[in-house]
Parts: sequence; structure tokens; C-alpha cells
Amino acid sequence: MPRPALTAALLLALSLSPLLSGPLEAVEPNEILADPAEEARAREISKDIRCLVCRNESIDDSNADLARDLRLLVRERITAGDSDTEVVDYLVDRYGEYVLLKPTATGSNLVLYIAGPLMLVLGLGGAVFYIRGRRAGRDAGSEALSPEEEARLKEILGK
Amino acid sequence: MVIELGHFALALAFAIALVQAIVPLIGAHKGWSGWMAMAEPAAMAQFLLTAFSFGVLTYAFVVSDFSLRVVVENSHTLKPMLYKVSGVWGNHEGSMLLWVLIVSLFGALAAWFGGGLPPTLKARVLAVQAAIGAAFYAFILFTSNPFDRLAEAPFDGQDLNPLLQDPGLAFHPPFLYLGYVGLSICFSFAVAALIEGRVDAAWGRWVRPWTLAAWICLTVGIALGSWWAYYELGWGGFWFWDPVENASFMPWLIAAALLHSAIVVEKREALKSWTILLSIIAFGFSLVGAFITRSGIITSVHAFANDPERGVFLLMILLVFMGGALTLFSVRAGAMEAKGVFGTVSREAALVFNNILLAVAALVVFVGTIWPLVAEMAFDRKLSVGAPFFNMAFTPFMVVLAILLPLGSILPWKRARLARAAGPVLPALVLAVALGALVWAMQTGHSALGPIGVALGAWLIAGSAVDLWLRAGRTGMVARLGRLTRLPRADWGKAVAHAGLGITMIGISAMLAWSQEDIRVAQIGERYDLGGYGFQLDRVQKLEGPNYISTTATMSVWRGDRQVAEMHPEKRVYPVAGMPTTEAAIDGGFLRDLYVAIGDPQQDGGWAVRTYIKPFANWIWMGAIVMALGGLLSLSDRRVRVAAGARKERGPVLPQPAE
Repeated sequence: MPRPALTAALLLALSLSPLLSGPLEAVEPNEILADPAEEARAREISKDIRCLVCRNESIDDSNADLARDLRLLVRERITAGDSDTEVVDYLVDRYGEYVLLKPTATGSNLVLYIAGPLMLVLGLGGAVFYIRGRRAGRDAGSEALSPEEEARLKEILGK
Repeated sequence: MVIELGHFALALAFAIALVQAIVPLIGAHKGWSGWMAMAEPAAMAQFLLTAFSFGVLTYAFVVSDFSLRVVVENSHTLKPMLYKVSGVWGNHEGSMLLWVLIVSLFGALAAWFGGGLPPTLKARVLAVQAAIGAAFYAFILFTSNPFDRLAEAPFDGQDLNPLLQDPGLAFHPPFLYLGYVGLSICFSFAVAALIEGRVDAAWGRWVRPWTLAAWICLTVGIALGSWWAYYELGWGGFWFWDPVENASFMPWLIAAALLHSAIVVEKREALKSWTILLSIIAFGFSLVGAFITRSGIITSVHAFANDPERGVFLLMILLVFMGGALTLFSVRAGAMEAKGVFGTVSREAALVFNNILLAVAALVVFVGTIWPLVAEMAFDRKLSVGAPFFNMAFTPFMVVLAILLPLGSILPWKRARLARAAGPVLPALVLAVALGALVWAMQTGHSALGPIGVALGAWLIAGSAVDLWLRAGRTGMVARLGRLTRLPRADWGKAVAHAGLGITMIGISAMLAWSQEDIRVAQIGERYDLGGYGFQLDRVQKLEGPNYISTTATMSVWRGDRQVAEMHPEKRVYPVAGMPTTEAAIDGGFLRDLYVAIGDPQQDGGWAVRTYIKPFANWIWMGAIVMALGGLLSLSDRRVRVAAGARKERGPVLPQPAE
């Protein structure tokens, strides 16, 4: 199925829905490894590997031919005795870091990983600063509305 | 002819919006009441004209007028009527018309319900709203005209994308748009208040119902989309952290933060400038969402570069409105002096933490969504950011939020003593921990996800109950029950919405932790087991639908010797669009869904069949609906009705968007 056309259809829909590529016949029965433990490992790895021609889909979810090839490749490496990291490294060597749905925390990617915690720290710092300021209570009388404001509020609210 | 009238009405609405964006502003500045007063009829006229225009486009779809390009590209005579109508917004041009219709609708509603607003504020709100409208009218008329005619009309259309021909998806975009665009009125209120230089408790009261209405619609829209993905995609996924999804999720998070900070403005006159900033950012994220989905930039930088007209236009709208509003904010925010004083442990402080968690969570989603773009443009690295990253980066914020929520929501205003306030929620805590431990002991495997999710959910739900119970006073069981029924609806709304969040959390964690899956080639008559159920493929038939051909399987589901369900998973092919879809069969239940999807016939007989058991699946969307219900309850509170400016003689009228 031609993905660009699909993607266009998707964008046209402006819907939430992402993978709207039609039926997701991801893992086919004939791909499954005989050893359940190896198969489980393959599934776990597949969930973090991007189908290169898809929009943000993992090879575990995608029905694209390339995703199938990659799934088979993952299983081939596993049966050949590779560890999980070796399988992933093998894929990254071949296809670049684009295949990783969770980018490595190296180089400029550190920004991606630090942004959340950093903003949280800044936010908390700002909040503590703000709340301390509030607590100091510059002017005890400012808490209540002034009589004019009170009257205006009543008038506005039509009471 | 009628098509041209629709086109003309749209152009006229554009002209009115331009005038409405300028004249009332000058009037408010100079104090000329006549100039200010024109905003109200202008807003009404703008809405009526746009509604007429939208009606004309709908008519063109209903009668299959194939002289219109959008109708040819997105409709077909054989399509069921529901999808002919939903096809109006199932395409770029029509959906932008819906967008601007809602912008003008909210303008008209603000004019209608704004009787109690000070005239200058009202004039400014309507002017800013009209400016937003004008930008989008221009966008439609100059880059995406839905009334574009074809020189030669074909005999039939090319059909709507079959995936969109679904009841869930038919109503998903209108709700999302009501939410996205509903935030525009909060933006208008914020900018008007900045121009006015005055934010007070009354302003908080006016803004909150609009935020609430927008948030309810976003909640429903997102839930519909997620539910649709669940039953339509054939493997029961419900959230994918796709850019398009994130585009709707970021405004939802910010709107949720705004909802809470507006309470502090209203009740305590604090957090004013922060609330203004959130109002601006919330709509900013709506615009970012429109830009992301409409420009195609996330799919590929190159796709964007090939057809940049629309994307650049939207980017300009985004930059002008955000740049303008934020500049205004930086100049004027200092004037928003806070009044309320409160302690480190207080409801206000708790709401500050709520806001930080929600805002930072939205930021994490934002950074993750645009990171591939930034990395490619700035660092020349082609990389992906997908679900595994978001699950890791986003979840902690929600966990902390859920832990703090029940405690924060019962803290008194101004000043509290933690030990004293925590006493009443102790039973809820014990219940939650006990449930979590029970689940931990019962489950096989050692995933912490399920027990933690269930404990957090139970903590939220029980915490809401405690919250209500505390509100009902301190004396006498019967008196308390009596007072419960007389509590303001806002109190009920708060408790119900918080419980809804708990329900959703239980659903999500149960689904992620305990889903069971079976993928196999099933022979006719063969029976296989999954999770204590026996499944049997009885037969497979070819059937014909109105505009598709279906391969329908019949499967019986057994529990021991007793048949519990008969399921009919389908595969459909829509010949006009040349596209297949999966229609999974779902046997829904309170505690579990049975989920079956049929695949291709196999060479050596049998069919590929996927079977899933999804525990607590319905809780995800049920929780979202409960959250929306809580919002509705809160919206129907008398305080809000009065604040929205419903005039006395008119009686209580809800500021609800048309749905």
C-alpha cells in the first residue's frame, strides 16, 4: 500500500488517529518463532524499532513489507544467538539511529532528555519563590476586595 | 448558484471580521460606545454567514454535487448519508471551514452571554476573536477554498477514506475542533484583559466556563479518537503518541492546568499573570496542532517544502498571534498585581503544583514531538521519537500528579496544617495500598505497572469520595447525606472529574499490564484457548455492504461448556478507494473485552486470526466520559451561570457550545 497517499489521507482527516494505514496485520502467524522465550524477546525488541517507511509506527505494529522484513531480521539474529543489545546495535549499524523509537541519550539528544526534568526543577523553583512571596504577605489589607471593588463585582455579576 | 452564495457569504464574513477586529478596539480605546457596540451584531452576523456557508457545503455533499472539487475527492453517491455529511469535515478545506465556523460560533456566544461584561472588555474580546477569525477566513479563501469548482464535473466521486467511514470518527473532529477553537475565546479574554490592564476575580469567573467547555469537548474528542483506534485498527492499541495525537493532547493538558489556575484567580485573586499566560499558551498549542497536522511538516520536512503555501500561512498565523500576545504579556504582566496571600501548605499551593506538573508534562510532549524536526534541521541527525520515549518521559508526571491530587484537593484555602488535613484521606490511602498489594499478590509475573496503576486509581476515586464527604459538614450521618445532595454542582463536578481520572488510570495500566494475545492460523472448526476462554472459528462468508465487500467470520466463544459470545470480525474492501479495513469484533464487558480480528486466508487452509483479552479496556473511555461529565456538572453550577452573564430575565442559560 502506498504510504505517502495514506499519510496524506491521514493528514486530511486531521484526526487523532495516527496509524490509520488500514488493517494492521502486524506479526503474522508464520513469523512466530517456535521458542516462546525467543519470540517474547523478539516482540520486546520490535516494539522499540521503527518501521522506516511508516509514520511513527514500530515494526511490531506495522503491516508494511519493510516492517515484516525487519521483524524477520530481528528473529533471525535472535535465533543466531545475538543478545538483545547486539540485535539492536546490528539494526542501528544498518539503518542508522532513525530506527530507534527511543533515541539514545547522547550528544544533542541530551537536550531531549534533560528538557523535562530541567523545566520541572525550574518550575518548582519558581513556585517556591512565588509561594514564599505570597506567604510574606506584603500588605495584610490587600487580601480583601476594597469596598469599591466589592460594589463593582456585585454590579458586574448582576446580583 | 447556491454554491456561489456560500462562497460569497464566506467572503462577506471575512470582511465583517476585519471590521469587527478594528472598530471596537478603537471604540474601547477612545471610549466611543457606538463603535464598541458594533462588535455584538457583527459577531452574530459573522456567525450566521459562516453557518450559511457551512450549510451550503454540507448541502453540496448531501446531494453529491460533483462540480465541487472537494466533493469529488471525498465523496461518492453510494456512500451512506451519515458519511456524506461527515465527509464535509473529513478533508482539509471542509475541516478548516468547520474550524472558522467554531471561531465565529464562540464569538457569537461571547456576544450573546456577555451581557454582564464591562463594555470595553466585551468590545476587546470580540475584536480579538474577530482577528483570529479573519486570519482563518483569509487562510481558507486564499489557500484552501472549499467552493472551488471543476470545469468538467465527473459522474461520480473518489470516495472518502474508508477508515473515516465510521461513526466514532464521524464525530471525532467536530468535538476536537470545539475544544481546540474553544480555547480561542480564552485567548481573546486574556489579550483583552492585557489591553485593559485589569484582571480580577470577575475575569476569572468569566474565563473559567469557556475553558471548561473547551476542555470537555477536547476530552470527548480525544476519547472518541482513542476508542476508534482501539476497535478499528485490529490489535487494540488506544494511544500511539503520534504527532497528530500529541497535537490534541498538549492543548488538553494546558486547558486542564488553566481550568485549575482560573479557580485561584476567581477565589483568591492570585496567579493572575500565570493564568493569562496559560490562556495564551493553550490556544498557542491549538495553533501548533493545526500547523503540525495541516502542514505535513512532521511527516517529512521535504513534504512541507514541496507545498509550503498552507504551512507557511499557518506558521504566520501562529507567529503573529503568539508573538503579539506574548509581547503584550511581557509589557503588561507586571500590572497584574496579585492580592491573595497564602501559605506553603494550602489549596493555592497545591494548585500551583498541579499547574507545574501539567504544564511541564505538556512541554515534555511538545519537545518530544518536535525533536526529530529540530535534530534534523539543527544537528543533521535523522532520528525518531516514539511511544517508548513518551511512556518513559511522560508517565512519571502523571504518577506524581495522581499521588498529590486527593490530598491537594481537600486542603483548605490560605493556610493548612498537613497532618490535620491528611487525617480524613487516610482511609482512602489504606484502601488504595491494600488494593495495590492484593493485585500484586494475585497477578502472575512481576510487573509493577498493574498494582501501581490500580492503587493510584483507587486512591483517586476514594479520595474524591472523601472530598465530597468532607464537604458535607461534620455532624450527623443523616444530616451529612442530606447536605451531600445539596452541595453545589461544582463540588460534585470536581469529585466526579477526579474520579474519572482514576478510572482511566486503572484502565490504562490494566490494559498495558495484563493484555493477553494469541496470533495463529485457525482452521474452520478448530478450538483454541486463551485466558480461560475457548475460541472457535465456525465459518467465513463473503457479504456485500452498501459501498464495500466484506469477509465476515463467525466465531463462537466458550467458557467451559457454556457459550458466552458469538463474534463477527470482518475484513472489508472498499472498491472505489481501493482500500481494505479491519473491523474487529469486540465482546465488551465491565472487567474485560474479548477482541478478535481476522486476517488473510492461508495457502494451506485456515485463516490468520488475532485474539486478545483486554482487561478493563472500557474503563479507559468510561473514565474520560466521567471526566467530561464532571466538567458538565461544574459548568452547570449556578455560580458559573451567573458569572457567564446570563441576564436575570432570561433565566439560567448555559454557556454551552452547540454540539
